[in-house]
Amino acid sequence: MTLKPTRRILAAAAIAIGLSPAALQAQDLTGTLAKISEAGEIVIGHRESSVPFAYLNDNQEPVGYSIDLCMKIVDEVEKTIGKDVNIRYVPVNPKTRIALMANGTIDLECGSTTNNLTRQQQVEYLPTTFVTGTKILTRKDSGITSVSDLDGKAIALAQGTTNERAIKAAVEAQGLDVKILPVRDHAEGMLSLETDRVDAYSTDHILLFGLIAKSKTPEEFAVVGDFLSFDPYALMVPRDDSAFELVGKTALANVFRSGEIKEIYAKWFDPLGVPADPLLQAAFRLGALPE
Amino acid sequence: MNYNWNWSVLFEPEYFGWLISGLGWTISVALCAWVIALVVGSLVGVGRTLPNRLVSTLCTAYVELFRNIPLLVQMFIWYFAVPEMVPEEAGRWMKRDMPQPEFTTAVVALGLYTASRVAEQVRAGIETVPHGLKSAATAQGMSIAQVYRYVLLPISFRLIVPPMTSEFLTVFKNSSLALTIGLLELTAQSQQIAEYTFQSFEAYTAATVIYVLIALCATVIMSLLERQTRIPGYSGKEN
Repeated sequence: MTLKPTRRILAAAAIAIGLSPAALQAQDLTGTLAKISEAGEIVIGHRESSVPFAYLNDNQEPVGYSIDLCMKIVDEVEKTIGKDVNIRYVPVNPKTRIALMANGTIDLECGSTTNNLTRQQQVEYLPTTFVTGTKILTRKDSGITSVSDLDGKAIALAQGTTNERAIKAAVEAQGLDVKILPVRDHAEGMLSLETDRVDAYSTDHILLFGLIAKSKTPEEFAVVGDFLSFDPYALMVPRDDSAFELVGKTALANVFRSGEIKEIYAKWFDPLGVPADPLLQAAFRLGALPE
Repeated sequence: MNYNWNWSVLFEPEYFGWLISGLGWTISVALCAWVIALVVGSLVGVGRTLPNRLVSTLCTAYVELFRNIPLLVQMFIWYFAVPEMVPEEAGRWMKRDMPQPEFTTAVVALGLYTASRVAEQVRAGIETVPHGLKSAATAQGMSIAQVYRYVLLPISFRLIVPPMTSEFLTVFKNSSLALTIGLLELTAQSQQIAEYTFQSFEAYTAATVIYVLIALCATVIMSLLERQTRIPGYSGKEN
């Protein structure tokens, strides 16, 4: 059978369209996507006490804002590799998250990680999903209203956080005498504050509200002071893997563009009474890249 | 693995200083805890072998309690729970005014834990001394105190030097748990370097090498001691 040139082109196009998903699967999977496809599972690193981003609920399952966003990425990954994958959760903390991502243990980190340039030497970040900064959590009757009031007092700081450095820098700049107690995570920092071992704890202000909400006596604590740092949060992915990064960006762009982000945000932040900041809304807009 | 290796961070003055200060804390915690462990452990170990029922039961209870609770849990109990159980004034003092609260707590926790292990070595050493010697000493008209002072302890302490070497090494390694209550010892400092530079593999390698060096030094010292204290004919090797 002979075809006219126009028909031949049409037929070729149809074949190309028909074959493209299969062809994509066969040749294009590299790096993390190939690893996920081969293992049939995606490994998600999550925080255990970063309320409301990623924390363990009453059934000890990881839930939260970042976890919800990660689920969207998992859906997108499944779409890209053309099969369902299992999710394996690995708990991480500020000390382990970068190393576990750099050495390939986790494929995606869903927590409350600040995106900064030093960290980008080891890992890559998806578009910003939250904007916050360092503030101080203290007892209402402690008389502390800013960093300068910390003179002669004790403060707990989670090791490996950007807040640790922000507070240390502010303390040094003002030449204050502050006792610093290094703790491992927010839960331990809060325990130190609740048992009066320290006068204050510091981390990103949104997490402080989460800690207050989860404490037994929320009315005793207050978040005080000015922002001491600028902390844009983002989900972490492995470095030098643009194919996987693109899948993540696509998933987030879809969520941002469709406005679904508003529901997800409201689900986790309305109970804390924290409306989306204009800067964050701008970040959502900028992340909503067209197809 | 996408990782940028950079060994030179370890030798930057700031980070090198952290490692040295961490090493200082590790050695201080371990040695102070070792002193507590030796004193308390010897007393408890001897106590377990005494004919007095009450004393030996109490000492056995001590060993079982401290040896069977994970050290990490003990650290947390000493650090977080004990100050809440004592009267408020004392608790507040422990949390705020006690000199170096993290260091002191770590030394006490590690010392008492290690004491339970030392006590077992001491008891084993005393029980290894042939029964005839004890009977002979008693037949000479020695009191119990004299039997221990002149016969049992001089022999048993020389016998237990080799097993004590490994307890001594363990105390250095266990001191790393002090980081969980906020003491910036060697492991904590290497973690901190990892956090500041994100060169975690280099930082932990440095800690590993330093721990091995500490262990080697401790082993050399203990083997010299072992040679000095060996009872000819009692232990296996002759030289």
